[in-house]
Amino acid sequence: MSNIAEKIAFTPERFAKAQEIIARYPEGKQKSALLPLLHLAQEQYGWVSEEVMDYVAGLLNILPIEVYEVATFYTMFHLEPVGNHVIEYCRTGPCCLMGGEDVYTHLKQKLGIDTGETTSDGKFTLKEVECLAACGWGPVFQIREKYYMNLTNQKVDEIIEELSK
Amino acid sequence: MAVKILTEHINEPGINTFEVYRKKGGYTAVEKALKKMTPEEIVEEVKKSGVRGRGGAGFPMGMKWSFLAKPEGVPRYLVCNADESEPGTFKDHYLMREIPHLLIEGMIVSSYALGANKSFIYVRGELMYVVKILEKAIEEAKAAGFLGKNILGSGYDLELVVQPGGGAYICGEETALLESLEGKRGNPRNKPPFPAVKGLYQSPTVVNNVESISNTPWIVNNGGEAYAALGVGRSTGTKLISASGHINKPGVYEIPLGISVEDFIYADEWCGGIRPGHHLKAVVAGGSSVPILPANLILNLTNGDKRLMTYESLSDGGFATGTMLGSGGFIVMDETTCIVRNTWTFARFYHHESCGQCSPCREGTGWMDKVLERIENGKGNMRDIDLLVDVAKKIEGNTICPLGDAAAWPVAAAIRHFRDEFEWHVTHPHEATKPGAVYPGAMELV
Repeated sequence: MSNIAEKIAFTPERFAKAQEIIARYPEGKQKSALLPLLHLAQEQYGWVSEEVMDYVAGLLNILPIEVYEVATFYTMFHLEPVGNHVIEYCRTGPCCLMGGEDVYTHLKQKLGIDTGETTSDGKFTLKEVECLAACGWGPVFQIREKYYMNLTNQKVDEIIEELSK
Repeated sequence: MAVKILTEHINEPGINTFEVYRKKGGYTAVEKALKKMTPEEIVEEVKKSGVRGRGGAGFPMGMKWSFLAKPEGVPRYLVCNADESEPGTFKDHYLMREIPHLLIEGMIVSSYALGANKSFIYVRGELMYVVKILEKAIEEAKAAGFLGKNILGSGYDLELVVQPGGGAYICGEETALLESLEGKRGNPRNKPPFPAVKGLYQSPTVVNNVESISNTPWIVNNGGEAYAALGVGRSTGTKLISASGHINKPGVYEIPLGISVEDFIYADEWCGGIRPGHHLKAVVAGGSSVPILPANLILNLTNGDKRLMTYESLSDGGFATGTMLGSGGFIVMDETTCIVRNTWTFARFYHHESCGQCSPCREGTGWMDKVLERIENGKGNMRDIDLLVDVAKKIEGNTICPLGDAAAWPVAAAIRHFRDEFEWHVTHPHEATKPGAVYPGAMELV
């Protein structure tokens, strides 16, 4: 890890984006950029390591602990390495009413992994999440920014096959 | 046809673009507000409209605005709460995705009314694609001169910032949202001071829901009285209802407040009835936190009148026989639904989402989750049912923010109205734990 840690830095495009984000807030309130910057970092690295958090702390001129306590509070940040595609499926009531539990069982069988696990080829990670605000279009899961809605076993097969290519 | 304030043009191709939105009369409220009205006049119209906070609490928006402190030389902020996370609720998601300029226009007239020069839209982080839709809409509005410096030559400046959250239901609570927007954990603040006095960066702040703010262009254009003329009594205007569950047409509907619950569920214009071959068992009418009601009680009041889709009618009878309009997350369940299992998923949700600051909520939500899981898995006993009621009572009213109440109410209501189902899980564990098992006893279905 240590040799990677030395190289932690945003790409030039993301660095410029980070500066633009930091400038959005009133003078002295740059800590407000923390969540957007963590998202930006996760977009680049796939997950948020301690080294990444330290880097973000440096950009905002705040203590590393101020980043750690935030990154560990919000569920969207992956604090361990994940697969290329993180499938986050909604386990809350309305999706369950629409047959979500059966669909997710099928999804787990298809990938051969359980919640919180990553396939051995490193392609897929499964995560159970709470309500994604898409209840009328359930069952639903999310992969990065994309919502996959009205899921059925067949749709799950198609999505996994497409992403496996 | 009922008046549509928010969704009249929502199916128009290209309505997500500035060009089409403008062609359909968009941004005329900004022109009227900035050229012909003072901020005070807009606040007055919003007060007259009687519009109530659409995030769930139902607090009169005009009154909330009038509480905003205005000390000299201190910036004021408007923050839009787009952290829609209450299970069963997806109306703001739909509105922002389909017609983003409506919210942007609402943000401009509302910010002008409140004297804010920098306003924020805090969107739940999972909706990152919606963040990008809103940012694009802002760019378009800015290019057309409706945002930025000296808007339409009025001398009024406004900058809008879209802020993504990080996946925490608690940030829908307005003071937790402000903490989060300041780059901190989403722990709700003790009140007072209220955000109207000390909010974002300790400055006077108004936090309003997406749907609430999206009503303001219509109110500016048509007047508060015209808005108040819609609806029934203190339930003025229209309401977006997120309809999910076992209905023929799940989706988001803009209803005139005052139609009957029965019409909403069965009319083709709305949910289109229960899915073929099935019957209505229960409804959660206002998002997962409001009390569940069995079919007969959601359709009718105890005096035999039909229950209406209004704040007052839905809460008629208190929690003994009523519920709440809440966020308008309308979850419909047919006879295939196991109430125990559904209640457990809600309890698990609140356990997961408790910020952990107040012990009654942190510990209580965990207890309810575990005890419900035990009952659902056929390992509960009769004392567990009373234990749940007891824990719910001890959370309610004993926490800094309403998450505790929101966690307690659904559990207490499920036992209040469906106690037989909980007892059956205890007395018939073998049957109750078969996949898809549902209590076979007498149920009042409709």
